[in-house]
Amino acid sequence: MLGMFTSSDKRRANLPDFTNGETLLADGANSAAFVEFERVQKSYDGENLVVKDLNLSMPKGEFLTMLGPSGSGKTTCLMMLAGFETATHGDIRLGGTSINNIPPHKRGIGMVFQNYALFPHMTIAENLSFPLEVRKIGKSDREKKVMRALDMVEMGAFGGRRPSQLSGGQQQRIALARALVFEPELVLMDEPLGALDKQLREKMQFEITHLSHRLGITVVYVTHDQTEALTMSDRVAVFEDGRIQQLAPPDKLYEEPQNSFVAQFIGENNTLEGTVKEIKGETCLVQLDNGDLIDAKPINVSQAGERTRVSIRPERVEYNKDRMPEGAHTLKAEVMEFIYMGDIFRTRLKVAGKDDFFVKTRNAPDQVRLKPGQQIEIGWLAEDCRALDA
Amino acid sequence: MSDITDTGPVIAADGTPLKRSLARALRRQKIRALMLIAPLLLFVLLTFIMPIGDMLFRSVENNIVMDTLPKTVVALQDWDPDSGEPPSEAVYAALAADLKVAVEAKRHTRLGTRLNYELTGISSLFRKSGRQIKKWDLAQDAPFKAKFIDMNDGWAKIAVWRTIKTYSPKYTNGYFLNSIDMQKGTDGAEARPENQQIYITLFKRTMFMSMVITISCIILAYPVAWILANLPARTSNMLMILVLLPFWTSLLVRTSAWKVMLQQQGVINETLVWLGLVADDARLVMINNQFGTIVAMTHILLPFMILPMYSVMQTIQPTYLRAAKSLGATNWTAFWRVYFPQSIPGIGAGSILVFILSIGYYITPELVGGTKGVFISNRIAFHISSSLNWGLAAALGAILLAVVLVLYWAYDKIVGIDNVKLG
Ligand SMILES: Nc1ncnc2c1ncn2[C@@H]1O[C@H](COP(=O)(O)OP(=O)(O)O)[C@@H](O)[C@H]1O
Ligand SMILES: [Mg+2]
Repeated sequence: MLGMFTSSDKRRANLPDFTNGETLLADGANSAAFVEFERVQKSYDGENLVVKDLNLSMPKGEFLTMLGPSGSGKTTCLMMLAGFETATHGDIRLGGTSINNIPPHKRGIGMVFQNYALFPHMTIAENLSFPLEVRKIGKSDREKKVMRALDMVEMGAFGGRRPSQLSGGQQQRIALARALVFEPELVLMDEPLGALDKQLREKMQFEITHLSHRLGITVVYVTHDQTEALTMSDRVAVFEDGRIQQLAPPDKLYEEPQNSFVAQFIGENNTLEGTVKEIKGETCLVQLDNGDLIDAKPINVSQAGERTRVSIRPERVEYNKDRMPEGAHTLKAEVMEFIYMGDIFRTRLKVAGKDDFFVKTRNAPDQVRLKPGQQIEIGWLAEDCRALDA
Repeated sequence: MSDITDTGPVIAADGTPLKRSLARALRRQKIRALMLIAPLLLFVLLTFIMPIGDMLFRSVENNIVMDTLPKTVVALQDWDPDSGEPPSEAVYAALAADLKVAVEAKRHTRLGTRLNYELTGISSLFRKSGRQIKKWDLAQDAPFKAKFIDMNDGWAKIAVWRTIKTYSPKYTNGYFLNSIDMQKGTDGAEARPENQQIYITLFKRTMFMSMVITISCIILAYPVAWILANLPARTSNMLMILVLLPFWTSLLVRTSAWKVMLQQQGVINETLVWLGLVADDARLVMINNQFGTIVAMTHILLPFMILPMYSVMQTIQPTYLRAAKSLGATNWTAFWRVYFPQSIPGIGAGSILVFILSIGYYITPELVGGTKGVFISNRIAFHISSSLNWGLAAALGAILLAVVLVLYWAYDKIVGIDNVKLG
């Protein structure tokens, strides 16, 4: 249906092996690198660094999401890439050439803004035609491309309308079509779905991912919504305080968080604080503050005596004795609350003196339904319990 | 559902048709709202609408001839000005009777003044005759024709009688004809003699100079408004005070300041002479001409252009420019294709304000305009306060009002009045 975008079948083949995704690919020699940030820093006021030592390298065709709390510097990174802010230090490269001194309009980067920034005085068709006009593309070509881009986002019938006559979701589609109509290789999106309601947002998440894969474009996507990041991206860069805390594919990020911030920020997470007793290869023994001992996988701890925070996902906690792994250390727990959520049960427990420990279990016929006040024992596989920085 | 409930009118709970109960409910609301604004409405009506109505009426009203000389007007109906002969004895007799009454009531001089607008000299004719007619006895002194002409040969002039006959109807377009340099002649309207033509020139000059003032205001205000709209709030508020500062000084002071600046012994000329750019005996003439008026009025009206522009530009988000650039537009293209069109409502609002204000301005042109830089409003002011020809002043004002309305209409057609944001 689409002739205008060169669909890249080699897209997947272009991707490097991400099994070790957590290493930041700072190496400029990586031939597959399309977008590269090298030691980039940014300060607005000369006092505080908003972006601190950013290193990032992404291959062509990748869908990378910058995820992080508000104010962590995501937009700033995107603006530096787009050319609207200059890096205070460091190098940004696009296709191997440094773009520090290239003005925004010559970078050929498509961009979708959070408020869409559709020109209110132009019709939808004129909005889409704008990037083609400034590129001096002939009228008939222009019309063809505009029509195809509109069809691509299923908005073919709306060319004559003004942006104000469209709903939020429709405006979003037009903003997307406008960023794609001049066939950029790189598209930046800054919280493009932030203004939409939940249902529409989920639909658009799917459509954007689908479209970007079909067209083979490289996408840098910014969001503070972790579900969005996990469902859409090839890789996610978790930002905090101007630094990338972890850069990894969604599953790695969720299952193998590298530090407490990532563990807390991505998905639901239980934290227990304690001291490392001893480290034995792939496992370590952690003594919680109330004296209980648990098994964990050492991630950010190197020696006995260190303070640590262990992180366990609620769905990896087991309280059904029959399913408990053999030889696992167990903890006593008191059921505080049982929440029926339909597909799953969410149970709040009091563990090691803290009463915000959650367990998630699938609603299955043989699943036990706990009652408040009940005393139980919980356990997990040592490898699901990660000992991270304190 | 039955067909009746589908097609018939919807019935409210108490059985009346829904439309009627809604109308009743709304009427009460409307009356209450109207009562709230009634005092204000009355005030506006009394102080604004009625004076304008009165002015429009005055521009065509001409009761004075009919009221002062009722019999004469009737008698004159049979007289043909083209005959070349003064009217018959009957007319003179009627005039004597009318003037006798008018002189008693001391109204004949007012009529003289009125007719003097149309034919110079009539005023003194009426005044002088008035004194003598007082002594006449209507019953015995007939015939009057010879007596009138004997008393003052002005009464034998065809022009005098023609003027009285022409202006005898209750309503006249004479003031309007006068306003466009025409007069009532023997065969309807005709152009005034060249040396009496003044108003068309003044209208044209007023339009032209108001246009120049508006354009210079646009050119000066646009960058200022842009800077104000794009600076951080604190700085822009500071600068805003500078923009508003002129409002806090008297108009006269500001205009006089321009006199100090622009006159031949003024600051600018002195500086230029001192710098050697201008010879001492060839100082620039920058005041008491059109240049002076344009400079001073541009300065005075500038805030009226900046403020609406600023308020519009403030609403244009900077992301539009960024979006345009990300789509490949150069700085200039982004400005011209994306920013500028969105700022047009501000330009439109400012232009309407400045243009309309400058059309009606008269203090500044009076002070710095000389004879070549005065506006039509100065002429109106003259007729209101010096020559007391209110009818002509009203006609000039009515034409000005019509011009403004036509321009407003044209603006609506071209740009669209919805596109104007005044605040
Ligand atoms: N134009 C600017 N001038 C000064 N400070 C800014 C500017 N833009 C962003 N900042 C600051 O930089 C930090 C990071 O902002 P931003 O990149 O927008 O974060 P995010 O997009 O992750 O929410 C914030 O503390 C913000 O206050
Ligand atoms: Mg942001």
